[in-house]
Amino acid sequence: MKKVVLTAVSVLALSAPVFGSMAHASEGGGEPLPNVQWSFEGPFGTYDKASLQRGLLVYRQVCSACHSLNRVAFRNLTALGYSADQVKAIASEYTVVDGPNDEGDMFERAGRPSDYFKSPFANDQAATFANGGALPPDLSLITKARTGGADYVFGILTGFSTPPSDIRILDGQYYNKHMTGNVIKMAPPLMAGAVTYEDGYPQTVEQYAKDVSTFLTWAAEPEMEQRKQMGFKVLLFLGVFASLMYAVKRKIWSKVH
Amino acid sequence: MSAGPRTPFDNKVVEWFDSRLPIFSMMQKEYGVFPTPRNFNYFWNFGAIAIFMLVTMILSGITLAMHYAANTGLAFNSVERIMRDVNYGWLLRYIHMNGASFFFIAVYTHIFRGLYYGSYKQPRELLWIFGVVIFLLMMATAFMGYVLPWGQMSYWGATVITNFFTAFPVVGESIQTLLIGGFSVDNPTLNRFFALHYLLPFVIVAVVFLHVWALHMTGSNNPSGVEPKTKDDTLPFHPYYTMKDSFGILVFVMVYCVFVFFMPNALGHPDNYIPANPMVTPAHIVPEWYFLPFYAILRAVTVDIGIPFTDITLITAKLGGVLLMFGSIAILVVLPWLDSHPVRSARYRPKFKLFLLLFVLDVLVLGKMGGMKPDVSLFHITENIVFTTTHLSQIATFYYFAFFIVVLPILSRVEKALPLPASIHESVLKCKTSCEGNV
Amino acid sequence: MAAGAMAAVGTGSVVWPFVHQMNPAADTLALSTTEVDLSAVEVGQSVTVMWRGKPVFIRHRTEKEIQDSKDVDVASLRDKQTDADRAKIPEWLIVIGVCTHLGCVPLGQKQGDERGEYDGWFCPCHGSVYDTSGRIRKGPAPTNLEIPTYTFLSDTLVRIG
Repeated sequence: MKKVVLTAVSVLALSAPVFGSMAHASEGGGEPLPNVQWSFEGPFGTYDKASLQRGLLVYRQVCSACHSLNRVAFRNLTALGYSADQVKAIASEYTVVDGPNDEGDMFERAGRPSDYFKSPFANDQAATFANGGALPPDLSLITKARTGGADYVFGILTGFSTPPSDIRILDGQYYNKHMTGNVIKMAPPLMAGAVTYEDGYPQTVEQYAKDVSTFLTWAAEPEMEQRKQMGFKVLLFLGVFASLMYAVKRKIWSKVH
Repeated sequence: MSAGPRTPFDNKVVEWFDSRLPIFSMMQKEYGVFPTPRNFNYFWNFGAIAIFMLVTMILSGITLAMHYAANTGLAFNSVERIMRDVNYGWLLRYIHMNGASFFFIAVYTHIFRGLYYGSYKQPRELLWIFGVVIFLLMMATAFMGYVLPWGQMSYWGATVITNFFTAFPVVGESIQTLLIGGFSVDNPTLNRFFALHYLLPFVIVAVVFLHVWALHMTGSNNPSGVEPKTKDDTLPFHPYYTMKDSFGILVFVMVYCVFVFFMPNALGHPDNYIPANPMVTPAHIVPEWYFLPFYAILRAVTVDIGIPFTDITLITAKLGGVLLMFGSIAILVVLPWLDSHPVRSARYRPKFKLFLLLFVLDVLVLGKMGGMKPDVSLFHITENIVFTTTHLSQIATFYYFAFFIVVLPILSRVEKALPLPASIHESVLKCKTSCEGNV
Repeated sequence: MAAGAMAAVGTGSVVWPFVHQMNPAADTLALSTTEVDLSAVEVGQSVTVMWRGKPVFIRHRTEKEIQDSKDVDVASLRDKQTDADRAKIPEWLIVIGVCTHLGCVPLGQKQGDERGEYDGWFCPCHGSVYDTSGRIRKGPAPTNLEIPTYTFLSDTLVRIG
C-alpha cells in the first residue's frame, strides 16, 4: 500500500513540472495578470467593508453607465456595512418601472430595498447597438466568470496604454495589455479624480480599480465569509471526529494484531 | 435474501418484524458477522466512500431540485437564486457540484484498486462488469447534470457531446435529433436531461445493489489475492470494517470539505458562470476533469481510415474517435478475459505492476492532453518537425489500448509470479516482521 | 404464433409514442425552415435573417464581387473551396453569419460597416477577415463561414433549411 502510494506520488511529482510548463503554453494572448493582494484572499480572508463601499461608489458613478448588475438587490447592500435606512435611501435614488396598475398602465416609482440594480439598457440588443457592436457583460458574476477573478478585473481596468506600433487598432477599439488579443471595445473607464472619495483614500485609477474589483468579488460571492467560517467549524468537528474514530478503530483492531 | 433458518432476536419488536420479513437477520448476516479478509488496506475503503458519495449526491440533488427550474429562460437564474437567496442554497449547490468530482475521485481510486489487486478475476467477473455499468451510468448522469446550470460550458458541452452521434453513418443525424429534440441544443434538451438526471441516480442505486449482492456471493478480494481458507484469515465485518470504513469516510470528507468551503470553483470552469449563449462559442470547450482522458482519446483520431489507394473512406476521423472513446470503456468489460494470469495481486506480479503504473501515468497524460487545445506545440524534434499535444494524445491512446489488448494477454502467458503466501493469515504475520504497520 | 405476433405489434405500437415524443415537437419543426423574399434586396445590398436561432447573411453580390471571388487562387486559401462550391447562384451568397473562430457575429452587413480588406466580412472580436465568398482570408478563424442548406423556390424566393 505504502509503496504503491509512494510510487504514484513520485510519478505525479516528476511529471508536475512538465505539465506545469505545458499549461502556460496553452494560454493565448494578453500579458500575465497582476497579482494583487486582496483582503478576501486565503482561507481567513474577509471583505474590507470600507473598500466595498468605495467600490459601490465607483460602480454607481462609472461602470453602471454601461454595465448591468442584475443579480444584486439593494437589500443585499447591508452586507457592505450599510444600515437598513441607508439601504432604503440608496434604493430610493433609483426609479423603477412597475405595473401594470388598475388601469393597465405601467408606472414609475422610487426603488425599494427588494428591487434589483437597474440595467442601463432595455435589453442586450439595445446595449450591443449603443456600444458599437460589443455587449457590455453583466457584472454580477464577472469575477467568477473570468480566469483570474478579481485580478482579471483589476488587470483590465489598469491595463490600458498606447498600442505598440505593430498592432492595428480600429476606431472605437482600445489597446489593453491584459485582454486576450490585446484589443478591447471598452474605452478606459477610470480617470484619476473622477470619483470623489470622502474617506481620504487616494483617488487614483489603481485605487478605484482595487475597490471596484473588491466590490464585484462580493457581488459574485456574497456568501464567501459565511462559507469560510462554516468551513473552519466543519473541519474542526470532522478533525476531532476522525481522530476519535481512529482511536476506536485502533482499539478494536488491537485485538487482532 | 435467503429464507434459511433464523436465530430469534431478544428484542420483541425486532423479533416480530424479523419473523415476518427477515431484514434484521439479513443485515446481521451480511454486515454483522460477514467474514471479511483480515488484511484489507485503506484502498478497500473506497467502495464504502463511493456509496457515501452516492447518498450525498442524491440527498443534495433532491433538495436542489426543489428550487431548480428546468427551462432555458429560468435555469441559470434559478441556480443563482439558489446560490444567493435560498437558505444554505450555496452550501447545497457546492456540495453537489464538488460532490460529482469527489464521487469520481472515489470511484477512480476504487477502479484502480480493482486493477492493482486483480479483483476482476475469476470468480468476480460479473461483480466487475456491474462496476463498469455503474461507471457508465455515472458518466451519463454527470454529463447531463453539468448541462443543468445552463452556463456556456453546459450548452457547448452538450452541443459537442450530442454531436458525437452524428458521426455514425446514415442514422447518426436522426439519433442526435431524437436525443436533443430539435435542431440544436435547446429547451427540450434541457428538460429531458433534467428528467434523466433525476432518474439515473436511482438506476445507479439499483446496480450498486446488484454489485454488492455479487460481492457478497463471492466475498471480497484482498491485497494478497489469495482466497481466505480458514477462520484465521477473516474477521467479522462489524466492528472491524464498519469502524475502519467510518474512519476512512471521515478523512475523505475532510478533503472534500476543503474544496466545498475554501475553493468551491477550483474544479469547475469560469465560463459556466456566463449564461448559455448559442451565438457565442467559448474560446476552448473542455469537459469536466473526470472526462478529460476520454475526451483526449476522442480527439486523438485525426485521419480518416479508408481502403488504401482509393478515395473510399470507411471510417471518418470523427467516427473513429467516437468508436475509440466508447471502446476505451467497453474494453473494461472484457478485461477479466484479457488478463488470464492465475495470480491476482500486483504484489506478486512485478511486470504487471510496472505496466499498470505506466497505464495510470498514461491516463493522467491523456487527462492533461484532453484539457489542452489540440495541435499545440510541446517541443521541436528538429527545426521543422514539431511534437504537438495531438501527437502525445495519439501515443497515449495507443498505449491505453495496447495495455489491454497486447500487454495483458502476453503477460498472462509469460510472467512468472513471485511466490504466493500460503494464506492470508501467513501474509499478515510475515508482514508484521518485515513491513511495519502495514495492515 | 399469431398471439406472439399480436403481442409484438402491440408492444411496438405502444413503445413508438414513448420514443417519438423525444423527436422535435410541432412548434420546433415550424421553425426548421424559413422562406425569404429577396425581391427588395438591390445589387450590393445584404440582409440578415434568423434561422434556427442563428443569423444568416444573404448578400446580393455585384459583378465585381463575384469576379473577385472567382479569381482567387483556391490553393492559397486556408479552407480550400471555390466560389462555385459556395454559391449555387453566383448573384446570391448565403452564409451563416457566425464567425468560425469563436462564434461572434461578423460585421459587413450594414452600409458603413467595416468589411475588411477583402470587402466581405470582418469579425470585430479577433479580427478574422472573410472575402466576398465568405471564405476566411486572414485572422484566427479556421474555416470558411458555414453554408446553410437552401433552395431557390423562384428567382427571388429562397427557402433556408
